Amino acid sequence: MSAIDEAVTEAPAVEAVPKRAMTLGYGASLAMLVLLIGAPLFVKNFIIFQLTMLLIYALAVLALNILTGGSGQFSLGQSAFYAVGAYTSAILMEHAGMNYALTLPIAGVICFGFGFLFGQPALRLSGVYLALATFALATAMPQLLKLGYFEHWTGGVQGLVVTKPDAPFGLPISQDMWLYYFTLAVTIAIYIFSVNLLRSRSGRAFMAIRDNEIAASAMGIDVALYKTLAFGVSAGITGVAGGLGAIAVQFVAPDGYTITLAISLFLGMVVGGVGWLPGSIVGSAFIIFVPNIAEGISKGLSGAVFGVLLFLVIFLVPHGARQVAMVAQHLLGKLRKN
Amino acid sequence: MLARPKLRIAAFSTAVIAFAAMSGSALAQKKYDTGATDTEIKIGNIMPYSGPASAYGVIGKTEEAYFKKINAEGGINGRKINFVSYDDGYSPPKAVEQARKLVESDEVLLVFNPLGTPSNSAIQKYLNSKKVPQLFVATGATKWNDPKDFPWTMGWQPSYQSEARIYAKYLMKEKPDGKIAIMYQNDDFGKDYLKGLKDGLGAKASMIVAEESYETTEPTIDNHIVKLKATGADVFISITTPKFAAQAIKKLAEIEWKPLHIVSNVSASVGSVIKPAGFENAQGILSAAYAKDGADSQWDNDPGMKKFYAFLEKYYPEANKLDGSVVYGYGVAQTLVKVLEMSGDNLTRENVMKQAASLKDFTPDTLLPGVKINTSATDFAPISQLQMMRFKGEKWDLFGDIISGELSN
Repeated sequence: MSAIDEAVTEAPAVEAVPKRAMTLGYGASLAMLVLLIGAPLFVKNFIIFQLTMLLIYALAVLALNILTGGSGQFSLGQSAFYAVGAYTSAILMEHAGMNYALTLPIAGVICFGFGFLFGQPALRLSGVYLALATFALATAMPQLLKLGYFEHWTGGVQGLVVTKPDAPFGLPISQDMWLYYFTLAVTIAIYIFSVNLLRSRSGRAFMAIRDNEIAASAMGIDVALYKTLAFGVSAGITGVAGGLGAIAVQFVAPDGYTITLAISLFLGMVVGGVGWLPGSIVGSAFIIFVPNIAEGISKGLSGAVFGVLLFLVIFLVPHGARQVAMVAQHLLGKLRKN
Repeated sequence: MLARPKLRIAAFSTAVIAFAAMSGSALAQKKYDTGATDTEIKIGNIMPYSGPASAYGVIGKTEEAYFKKINAEGGINGRKINFVSYDDGYSPPKAVEQARKLVESDEVLLVFNPLGTPSNSAIQKYLNSKKVPQLFVATGATKWNDPKDFPWTMGWQPSYQSEARIYAKYLMKEKPDGKIAIMYQNDDFGKDYLKGLKDGLGAKASMIVAEESYETTEPTIDNHIVKLKATGADVFISITTPKFAAQAIKKLAEIEWKPLHIVSNVSASVGSVIKPAGFENAQGILSAAYAKDGADSQWDNDPGMKKFYAFLEKYYPEANKLDGSVVYGYGVAQTLVKVLEMSGDNLTRENVMKQAASLKDFTPDTLLPGVKINTSATDFAPISQLQMMRFKGEKWDLFGDIISGELSN
């Protein structure tokens, strides 16, 4: 935890210009965009599916990044919001026959409300205590989904199978590719929204609270409101990610949304760099691909290999991808001067 | 003058027909889908090597060892088995990713024995739409026997519901006015089982006086058992996984509650349940089985089990023969090898599925004498027979006939 604490508290010292520290430059953003748009044209459907999952987890990591990197609140309960989003989409699609695209904003709104409400009692807690409270939420969620009372809707332990959407307007592309571009569009929209949010008055309020709560309230910031708001926004984005995840995987079941998912997302945030939004995609790549690499090295010890790799990352680059990016930027600057 | 060209045409057409016939027969001899060649058959598999169900990873390792043995003995009709097994950590989204990787990237012929009800539910639709066999899934849920809607999915072990019906039948006969207390695990396994019991009891479902569920995350289930004892029940059905089954047996002895105790087959292992719980506490417990127990000395001279022990010694020496998963992995791998042998040189996905659905009285080495594997185009439940058994001394005593728990609906 100390590395994260450090990252969170140290962040302002590094960020003389918060705008820069939060995002990539225009050139880098464009290159990234071109890469993301072009990549699926050259790979198999299976890789496209993996890339879709990459974007979806990146969204969920981004949401956590707004909460932790932005407003300085911890959460180990993101899997709960992800599950609510996934189930909202799945239930609306399968029971109400709704179009998949329409279910996403609904999932977002429901999760926003859920997160906002959860933020109320969480106000009294901070640091590790808040982390624990959210942890409780994450462990409770799979069991709540199994409750007999909801079983008619959730399918109980058996889960729900979701139909995968075809490309609209008879576009001659595969379901996977369509879903990828759909997810990419949603991701870009949410990314732009998040960047602007953090640059706005609300974003500055988040960061003021993160840096010093007392000072923030002395400046006239409604600490309670902004803290719960951060929770709501984070939960809302996670919910959209969950909905997309349900559509991509075509299946929701309580076992898909355990505490392991919440910890993975937390890991993704730390590896990507706390408070650095573009790092979300790096963190997401870490939680999707590194377990596969670990498995390739040793099947019986995949968990241990994963642990070693994670340890190396935290040890060598404690600020995650952000640190790497900054070193790279620094080197580029030097090269230009020469 | 006309005769010669005519003759030539006739000769030519005969040659064409002969050629077509020959190439046709050549094609009939050897037919392949993705994943099968003259030298290799690629088999995909998904197992929880990590995560909450990692204890079952042993199944994958046993299968790998078994295929190693088959390859060392010359393979199947001259083809070596290439077994590609991935970890899904018991997470459905990860299972989907791994299934797609197997089908689209590794290009396997079929996905064999993927483990877990949630993981299999997640990949069932995908594999069926791709027409890739999802063969002998490692779960006892009842829904895998549905050839009409999912012609590419097939189970292997007896379903939880059919096992539960056997207990219901037994209770109605032996203890018609018993008061039944049930403890079940709150997941797909427990619920499926409970349904089987209630369906089996039918009109007599009122015999059930109490139900308690527990979560796998609970450290102990003692309080549930005390509660159940208080209901005055004289039959206790324990629908539990090994750790909790052992706890229950111990607790029952501790609080001196002596009901007729039935343990689900999942937890009938001598090595991992009865022994830890104490032999003296387990006397008279009932269960049902379809496979031999590797820890049970009565099979020491059984020819099938001798083969099994010889296999372990040579190809998987680090295995724990007390672990039921090892016996399971061996039996299911043997069934797959049988299906592939029957498929001959016609290794298309369709033919493999057809052969899997035409097993007649096949008996892997590790099944109980009398239990046979039978499938047909309308019956995708390979094993549906079990035999009741009672624990006595340090081993299970089988009694009664081999009973079929076949679902009547």
